[in-house]
Amino acid sequence: MFTLGPIGFTAPWLLIGLLALPILWLLLRAVPPAPIRRRFPGVALLLGLTDDETQTDKTPWWLLLLRMLAIAAVIIGFAGPILNPQDERAGSGPLLVLIDGTWADARDWQRRVDRVDALLAEAARSARPVAIVQTTDLPDEGALFQAADAWQSRLAGLQPAAWEPDADAVAEWADSLTGNFETFWVSDGVDRAARAPLLDSLERHGTVFVFESPRPVYALRPARFEDGKIAVTALRASTADTAEVPITAIGLDPNGVERELALATAEFASGEGEATVELVLPPELRNRITRFAVSGVRSAGAVSLTDDSLKRREVALIAARDDREGLELLSPLHFLRQALEPTADLIEGNLLDILLANPDVVVLADVATVAEAEQDALLDWLDQGGLLLRFAGPRLAASDVSRVEEDPLLPVRLRAGGRTVGGAMSWGEPKALRPFPDTSPFFGLSLSDEVTVSAQVMAQPGPDLSERSIASLADGTPLVTRKRVGQGQVVLFHVTANAEWSTLPLSGLFVQMLERLAISTRPTKPAAEELAGTTWVPEDVLNAFGEIEDAGNMPGIPGEALADGRPTATQPPGLYAGEERRIALNVFDNEMPLAATSWPARIAVEGLTVVRETFLKGAFLMAALALLALDMIASLWLSGRLRGPRSGAVAAVALALMLPQDVRAQSPDDALALAATSEVVLAHVVTGDSQLDDIAHAGLRGLSDKLFQRTSVEPAQPIAVNLETDELSFFPFLYWPVTASQPQPSAQAYAKLNRYLRTGGMILFDTRDADVARFGSGSPEGRKLQELARPLDVPPLEPIPQDHVLTRTFYLLQDFPGRFSSRDVWVEAAPPEAELTEGMPFRNLNDGVTPVVIGGNNWAAAWAVDERGVQMYPVGRGYAGELQREISYRFGINLIMHVLTGNYKSDQVHVPALLDRLGQ
Amino acid sequence: MNQPAALRSRAEGLAAPLPPLLAEAEHLAATVLLGEHGRRRAGMGDEFWQYRPAGPGDEARSIDWRRSAQSDVHFVREKEWQAAQSVLLWVDDAQSMQFAGDGSHTSKGDRARVLALAVAVLLIRGGERVGLSGFTLPPRRGELQLLRLAEAFNATDETPDYGTPEARGMLPHSRAVFVSDFLGDLAPVEAALTKAADRGVKGALLQILDPQEEAFPFDGRTIFESMSGNLRHETLKASELRARYLDRLAERKARLADLARVTGWHYQCHHTGESAQAALLWLFRALERVR
Repeated sequence: MFTLGPIGFTAPWLLIGLLALPILWLLLRAVPPAPIRRRFPGVALLLGLTDDETQTDKTPWWLLLLRMLAIAAVIIGFAGPILNPQDERAGSGPLLVLIDGTWADARDWQRRVDRVDALLAEAARSARPVAIVQTTDLPDEGALFQAADAWQSRLAGLQPAAWEPDADAVAEWADSLTGNFETFWVSDGVDRAARAPLLDSLERHGTVFVFESPRPVYALRPARFEDGKIAVTALRASTADTAEVPITAIGLDPNGVERELALATAEFASGEGEATVELVLPPELRNRITRFAVSGVRSAGAVSLTDDSLKRREVALIAARDDREGLELLSPLHFLRQALEPTADLIEGNLLDILLANPDVVVLADVATVAEAEQDALLDWLDQGGLLLRFAGPRLAASDVSRVEEDPLLPVRLRAGGRTVGGAMSWGEPKALRPFPDTSPFFGLSLSDEVTVSAQVMAQPGPDLSERSIASLADGTPLVTRKRVGQGQVVLFHVTANAEWSTLPLSGLFVQMLERLAISTRPTKPAAEELAGTTWVPEDVLNAFGEIEDAGNMPGIPGEALADGRPTATQPPGLYAGEERRIALNVFDNEMPLAATSWPARIAVEGLTVVRETFLKGAFLMAALALLALDMIASLWLSGRLRGPRSGAVAAVALALMLPQDVRAQSPDDALALAATSEVVLAHVVTGDSQLDDIAHAGLRGLSDKLFQRTSVEPAQPIAVNLETDELSFFPFLYWPVTASQPQPSAQAYAKLNRYLRTGGMILFDTRDADVARFGSGSPEGRKLQELARPLDVPPLEPIPQDHVLTRTFYLLQDFPGRFSSRDVWVEAAPPEAELTEGMPFRNLNDGVTPVVIGGNNWAAAWAVDERGVQMYPVGRGYAGELQREISYRFGINLIMHVLTGNYKSDQVHVPALLDRLGQ
Repeated sequence: MNQPAALRSRAEGLAAPLPPLLAEAEHLAATVLLGEHGRRRAGMGDEFWQYRPAGPGDEARSIDWRRSAQSDVHFVREKEWQAAQSVLLWVDDAQSMQFAGDGSHTSKGDRARVLALAVAVLLIRGGERVGLSGFTLPPRRGELQLLRLAEAFNATDETPDYGTPEARGMLPHSRAVFVSDFLGDLAPVEAALTKAADRGVKGALLQILDPQEEAFPFDGRTIFESMSGNLRHETLKASELRARYLDRLAERKARLADLARVTGWHYQCHHTGESAQAALLWLFRALERVR
């Protein structure tokens, strides 16, 4: 294939056509564009005029260039240009593509898949049968050679595994191979013992080519404690240069969101394969860490899950007041401190202060009574899962705690006094321990003879004593009792925490018992014997990319396998939960080495980079077409056909296409918002009936005037509100006259109305038909009101009761007339439990403002005044009518006061003043 | 049976363009004030001109007794002189007049007919007799003549590329108006003008040109054709021709102006892109000056 830089040509001979371009140049120059015929009466004047030069009307140079480019593009396009042409890999016969498919592959899995895809494409071109095998997912026997196309479709489904290949299985599979084939081995770059024998056996069948990525491989060992710090060791495969690797500690923050809790940088010295980072973190933060990871590396090996071994419990130690100053060895806390210090964080101090820190364990050593506040706090803390560990002692024995009734902070009732055995003043021998029963958490701990108990507090026999005692003496008296409280537990050692009553605190058994109670944690992984017979259920598992996945319904694994410590297909890396603790299974344990592969010199090692062939024929032909289209437009333009009346339309269409879509309408009218919010404004709903709207407006104007004159509410001019377009939340009060003909608001308007009602707005519905109809009697307005209010979020209603707060928010009223005087005014119903208290003039009614007031008294007409303040409509007759108008104003004022002050006048504090005014 | 109906439909088809043309011409004529072109002297006519004291030689019957009764002197009532003049119009109806340029304004022929009819409207209102040169429509007065003129202008005949002025049938000492683009051969024009001058006929030459003919805004390879397609000229680069074309056009205008001056006529060039009113005013004043 003829190549020119990165471009090759399938039909290079066609390129000779490019030589013809200069000739074309001359030809194109010589051929003028087609003539235009014009009707022109002035032709009579032109007759006899000749052109000065025969080729004056030549094509402009840029149009020529355009055409030349188009033709050149056509020629090059048909010459079949290919970007990055690939030389065919020589070879024939079956082809085995072997992929390691381990955690180390995950860091650039997609590139591997691409590489394999390219290999398959090659194989497909030379019609070679192909088999693809992953060492972590071996077929039962041999290799299945198929057409490359068949594998290509399955390629996307291949996934790396988070574990190492099983050396025995690989060797067995290699033995089962037959026939001759070439091998392309896509290696993950990590050295393994199984690699060399596999290479040997593959080379017996044919040539082996190796593809390997030069990207570095990183791994993390499990984190561990060293001198109060967390040490994380990072590994790398190639040890050539110095390198800095960022390592993050990831965990849940207090809000339960996973985030980076700490960041450290591991610095590899040149030639070193290991680098250790030490992190000093506060215990709160440290206990939150769920895993460490090498940032930016997607690989299960670069993730190290943490388990309980990294967690240190916070233990609060509290002893009774120490009156024997300076006697360290006799201090009730001395042995506890010694036992717990290596594995737990100890806190000492005041009990209430300590509980604020939310410790895991509180130890009360010979503390008999706790104050009531402290007891409540302790019980709360126990309910949330705390562990209260108590030790007996002279004070507890002498006190009356838990004598008659079981103390909530003690697991059992105690007998007075306790007992002493084997002392100077008593008979008998000091008692040894009885072996732990299998229901006890201490089951399996070995007893030593040197542990003896010479004094103890005695538990009262009871029905649940045997259930609660988890360790007892040889004579059956309980030594350790336990009671569950809420999610937590109370544990009582019936002996002291120092060596006064027993030798238990002096023994190793004491430490083991504390461990079993999960008071202290053991720093290292349990041994296989310890785990024998237990079952561990995976909680979280790691996939090969280092992502945590929910384990789902994966079966549990036996403890022996877990102790083995290597993840396999049946036990993927992850977090396994047992009864009391959780163990992390990581890809790397503390011993596993990491080294780069070292292939023999006879093996060709290639990188993974795939340069894809790109066929440029289409692009060139498209370019030629585009150029020709341009040429067409340019020719039209040159010959003047793009000018004239139609060009305007074309330009308009083009412009219209280029113009962006119309911008969004402006936000709601700011003027309305300003007018409505700078002062108190009453508002009415626009019904569409202009006469009615005018009355409503005039009515609110009259009411606003009266409010201005008589109260401290000084409203501005009322505003007409369109439910569909205007924002309602500015208005405390809406007057809504109902007509039979008004349109139903839209769904959006109803959503707005409901929001308005829920957030404290009030609507006064006025059907204006109280002269002819009773409420709900089915007048046209009444029916319309029902229709209008159906989608509204209206609470249950009742006729306004005599003691409703509307009757006294400003004026004392019992009637609510408008232009008509009907008693039918409905408001939100009082809660059913509202009772009339003796001696009180009104009930203690509902909080808040009634969201709707419904009536038909045509209030707006009674309130209405024109611009000069003259009443617009007559009310009643004569003096009685004027009185009715006055009362209707008073109702309006009360209503606005109710809207603005809420249930203020409902407060019983006003009762004396009100009673005084009522003259009672 | 259907012969009358067919005749009538043809008549209506014929009549249909008349009112608009007439209306447009009248509309144009209405913009000219008629007050200026009165005869301004006593003579035969219908309109009152002045009273003058009767002198010897005045017939007794010419004395206005009503006026004379108001004083001791006899007065004669004089009327304004209203001698009718004949004006002959020649409007070029050749195909070259159908050229309308880029379509943004009317064709030259339309403009010529409207101007001619408008001047006819004015003249007839002023009491003159207006007709077409040649023998088709001799000069007459009255509104009816306007309709006849309009009908004559709308007659569609097969016409040559360029028109030649009709100088026959001219009354001595009458007036004439020639409206054309004068893009054809100038020899007939010269002959017609000479003949008219021989008879003492004076008048106005109004050359109507399209703006494209004046500007020659063409370039590129072009084949120019006359309106009928009989004449054609091909050029490879029209823009090269512009200067020479414009020279020829200017030369032609100068020759027309010379001819007019020699024969005592008035010459004006009018473009269809301009307002017709200016041309009408000029035409009217030109006719007036001659008188």
